[in-house]
Amino acid sequence: MAITPVAQPTESVAKWEGSVEELRGLVSDRAMTGETLLLNMGPHHPSTHGVLRLLLELDGEQIVTCMPDIGYLHTGIEKNIESKTYEKGVTLTDRMDYLSPMSNNMVYCLAVERLTGLDVPERAQAIRVICLELARIASHCVWLGTHALDMGAMSVFLYAFREREFILDMFEMLSGQRMMGSYFRPGGVWRDLVPEFLPALEKFVDFMPAKVGDYESLLVSNPIWIDRTQGIGVVEPEEALNLGMSGPTLRASGVNWDIRKAEPYSGYDRYEFDVPLGEHGDVYDRFFVRMQEFRQSIRIIKQAMKALPGGPFRSQNRKFVPPPRAELGQSMEAVIHHFKLWTEGFSAPDEEVYVSIESPRGEIGCYLHGTGDNKPRRVHFKTPSFMHISALGAMSKNHMLADLVGIIGSIDCVLGDSDR
Amino acid sequence: MNIPQALDPIASAREALDDAVLDSKVFANETTLIVRRQDVARVARFLRDTSGLVYNYLSDISAVDYHPEVRGPEGDGRFAVSYHLYSMLYNRRLRLKAFLPEDDPVVPTVTVLWQAANWLEREAFDMMGILFEGHPDMRRLLMPADWDGHPHRRDYPLGYETIMFSFNKDEINQHKPYAKKD
Repeated sequence: MAITPVAQPTESVAKWEGSVEELRGLVSDRAMTGETLLLNMGPHHPSTHGVLRLLLELDGEQIVTCMPDIGYLHTGIEKNIESKTYEKGVTLTDRMDYLSPMSNNMVYCLAVERLTGLDVPERAQAIRVICLELARIASHCVWLGTHALDMGAMSVFLYAFREREFILDMFEMLSGQRMMGSYFRPGGVWRDLVPEFLPALEKFVDFMPAKVGDYESLLVSNPIWIDRTQGIGVVEPEEALNLGMSGPTLRASGVNWDIRKAEPYSGYDRYEFDVPLGEHGDVYDRFFVRMQEFRQSIRIIKQAMKALPGGPFRSQNRKFVPPPRAELGQSMEAVIHHFKLWTEGFSAPDEEVYVSIESPRGEIGCYLHGTGDNKPRRVHFKTPSFMHISALGAMSKNHMLADLVGIIGSIDCVLGDSDR
Repeated sequence: MNIPQALDPIASAREALDDAVLDSKVFANETTLIVRRQDVARVARFLRDTSGLVYNYLSDISAVDYHPEVRGPEGDGRFAVSYHLYSMLYNRRLRLKAFLPEDDPVVPTVTVLWQAANWLEREAFDMMGILFEGHPDMRRLLMPADWDGHPHRRDYPLGYETIMFSFNKDEINQHKPYAKKD
């Protein structure tokens, strides 16, 4: 039997022509001599939650340096908003953090409202709170499912996505879209709650606590889960603040900073809820803090549902908000406002504002600079995933390669959010 | 816990660093402190480390382009960099702002104060072409390494990337020295 010879590399085989010299100063000197291994992970890797690329320097299985590389999902959203009127910008913000588009809508609308001094009726504020907390639960469901899936716990994923599906159906009732609803608009929300929404929400808050209990029973005291997550990716509180962390990732290190409590927006000061805190700042605590946030979100939704005020769902200021269709047949002024707002839009002063809210991932901030005209001069989003990915290098130092997967899952990064 | 009395950031910065503070402004309850650009890091350190101020958290660094206008107290600022600081102890925010001229858009880095500034400054460099003096790793972050220009400048047109087909791939590759050629 003839044995096929092993193929020898020939000149035509593509070789990497880059130079390690480019990395001098970024990786340790041991990599220059070839003592440690440089390994590329991503951008298409099942555990990188999108298109995150990591350049790793490995000593055996231990990580010496981890350099995240982002930008694969950069779509120029900030630049595009500069060419659109203020209300049209809302649709673009949906596409940033695609797991909780409502939070992006919210921070952008709040910035526009602060810049123009536009009022938001109480009913709209309460509807916004309900939607934001639903978005938080939906986003945490995806986080929990994928995080557990990365660590080898397959079944949690299926359960978590089942509940998320229910929330997305509710969003579809409200906005006509499952994910990219653009439901929040400057001055309120796009339309009032539809009749079938509140019964569905009631059903949801009834069954959801038991489902959260199911997730907890699968993981919280699971010895394999604890072995893989406790003591991994520890961040001390001072270091976490220095790295710009926020949200559950920061609170797992024991820093009590929740923007819903510290600088309440949209009437969050009216609701009673606790801010779960961690102690050790490791992967397990980040997991546990988010698990407790599920219940707190349900608590907020219950209160908001109960005390849902009546009245308009969007500001009555006709210089900013188009009149309802029914008015157009009767009022000449309404026709003028309608025409002006859908062609030219409204103007905002040549000033700057910075608004931040608590998204499921952390502090999402919007810097908005007007021109005095109908388009913004500059919009910049400070996004939690961006800050957390930049902290990956510090978090994963001296950990095993397999633990890196857990650390990435625990910061709950969305690449659309970080690259914008 | 004994918390020191909160100080007014504008008054105390003017008192301690009079030459650095050029102007201040309040809009929609947001305070802006406009400083000389070479003193950004010095003022930021003062705001972070002085008891009674303790702006210990860097929320955001955003750059803005005023093209075709020029602005600022010195009248030559095409760009401005805004640092959004937050004090966890006193629960208040402050915007530190510096105007930069078109021909020399350089400010000192604040990465020595906050590691969070590392990527935020890289992003401002990538998108707006602002250079941060003393930054440890001033590379592009979001755009490819061989990209021409800085997309968020107001004189950079909103365009699109040409889709690559076999008939135009050589022409496109010419602009992308790092792209893989077959």
